[in-house]
Amino acid sequence: MTISISKDARRGRKRTRQVRGRTPVREHVTGWLFVGPFGLVFVALLIAPLAYALYLSLFQKKLIGGTSFVFLDNYAKAFTDPSFLDGAWFVLRFSLVAIPVQIVIALAMALILDAVTSAFVRFSRLMVFLPYAIPTVIGAVMWGFLYSKSFGPLTDIFGLFGASPPDFLSSHLIFYGLLNIVTWQWAGYYMIILYAALQGIDPTLYEAARIDGASGWQVTLRIKIPLISPALILILVFALIGTLQFFNEPQILRYLAAGTIGPDFTPNMYAYQQAFALANFNYGSTISFALGGVVFVCVYIFMFLTRKRGSFLS
Amino acid sequence: MTAPGHTTHRSRGPRRHLPLQILLGFLVTYFLVPFWWVIVNSSKDASGLFGGGNTLWFSGQIDYIGNLKTLFTYNGGIYARWILNSTLYAVVGGVGATVLSVMAGYGFAKFRFGGRRFSFAVILGAVMVPATALVIPTFIMFSKLGLTNTIWAVILPSLLNPFGVYLMHVYARDAVPDEILDAARVDGAGEARTFLQIALPLMRPAIVTVLLLSVVASWNNYFLPLAMLSDNRLFPVTVGLGMWQGIASANNAGSTSLWSLIILGALVSVIPLIIAFFALQRYWRGGLSVGGLR
Repeated sequence: MTISISKDARRGRKRTRQVRGRTPVREHVTGWLFVGPFGLVFVALLIAPLAYALYLSLFQKKLIGGTSFVFLDNYAKAFTDPSFLDGAWFVLRFSLVAIPVQIVIALAMALILDAVTSAFVRFSRLMVFLPYAIPTVIGAVMWGFLYSKSFGPLTDIFGLFGASPPDFLSSHLIFYGLLNIVTWQWAGYYMIILYAALQGIDPTLYEAARIDGASGWQVTLRIKIPLISPALILILVFALIGTLQFFNEPQILRYLAAGTIGPDFTPNMYAYQQAFALANFNYGSTISFALGGVVFVCVYIFMFLTRKRGSFLS
Repeated sequence: MTAPGHTTHRSRGPRRHLPLQILLGFLVTYFLVPFWWVIVNSSKDASGLFGGGNTLWFSGQIDYIGNLKTLFTYNGGIYARWILNSTLYAVVGGVGATVLSVMAGYGFAKFRFGGRRFSFAVILGAVMVPATALVIPTFIMFSKLGLTNTIWAVILPSLLNPFGVYLMHVYARDAVPDEILDAARVDGAGEARTFLQIALPLMRPAIVTVLLLSVVASWNNYFLPLAMLSDNRLFPVTVGLGMWQGIASANNAGSTSLWSLIILGALVSVIPLIIAFFALQRYWRGGLSVGGLR
């Protein structure tokens, strides 16, 4: 994606150069003065840590013999380490389910809010967005209460029907327990972005479609959804980046779901455990860097597949 | 791109689809249930909480005042400190990130300097780098500089917002015409003055959006402060409440009173941002479409 942009861009630049002639020195200086402060932070806190993580991941620290250069041994270890692989497989599986669920709910809500006008609809828009203002940690704490057997409402609600409540903190339901928390947390935010995009569509298009005899469903499927596809792709990319680095919610629920969520439940939790509980910074960095690589590759593939739909990064 | 306040007014009258509104009602209930549970249960003491009464309704006595007193005096008033820390990290980190993004986005959009295309491509690529992948190496770097377990360990990494730069670039490119900037320069305004007095007001919707996204991101941050801080007086409220929850779960029998503190603590911690969101609605609603729509 980025590569193809910069190629096109370079070609464009040559052309503008020939037309406009040389850029004055003053413009170079002013440009760098504006970009410089961010550039400094970018190099110090993104490029340097990434390079450092890569560097650390090429070494191993042993009790006897100290630190030694091992080249890619840590990566060979990570990609055969069941803890890392199971965690990575979990977040991939979770992304494949959680992201479509969130986007479908967000899209449905955005379409309803766009089509129906009433005071209740305006109220709903705010209420649905509310969880975005809640830190994910607090969201997980709140849902942890609701799942709890000692003071959650599930026992009461299922008791009404004489059924035993589902335990969302047990090992076979934790997937759905987390799915619910993530959907609750993010669907409203995605809805607002899609809603803003829908509101930006020129309403004369709907009139024209209606005159041509299009039904409400046809307007939705043929006009509204295609026109907001850049916004859809934007939130898909963010959901993908966010879900693959899953950490906060399982880390918080760990305490409540003892035995269900281990310290290697997701790759990020595993990296955290390696670095901060076991002081194994080399292997922790390896996992971080490998996870960063997995995210980058997944997003890159996704953007490549959707490039014709009108990407947001252009 | 919609500017705020310019929402399209459909010419047709209000349309009320009852089934859709009922469906929406169910969804709204779902989104509000956790809030309701927290509001109801933060009025209870430990016996009301564990007494087995209705968990979705108030118990006999409602004691918000007493619980609030306990919350703010527990452990030498540590909770108030956490809230202040969160506010400090969110405001300094969020405002700092916004200032840097606005300047850089404007610079990339309006000046043709050497290395511009390349640096911008690198920043676009950085949007895809997961922030958590940076935490461990940043921690080791900071520990060598003696910066871990200080407020800077949390604030400095929050200053980085590549997506903010991208948003500001897109917005500045479209919303700030070159002609106006040139006119200002011809009239003798320096670059700084042109930026502050001409460009900034034109970029306001995008600035508010980037500010909102940055402040919320810093306020929500958990992994970074969890890794960087060991002194609990420096914790933001997310790490603090997470710690309390760990303690309360670890010895379930001995810490029933801690549970009521966590419930009320969760409620109190979400109030500032909810108020901010309601108060600033007018500003963020339009701005969120920036970048999604082109």
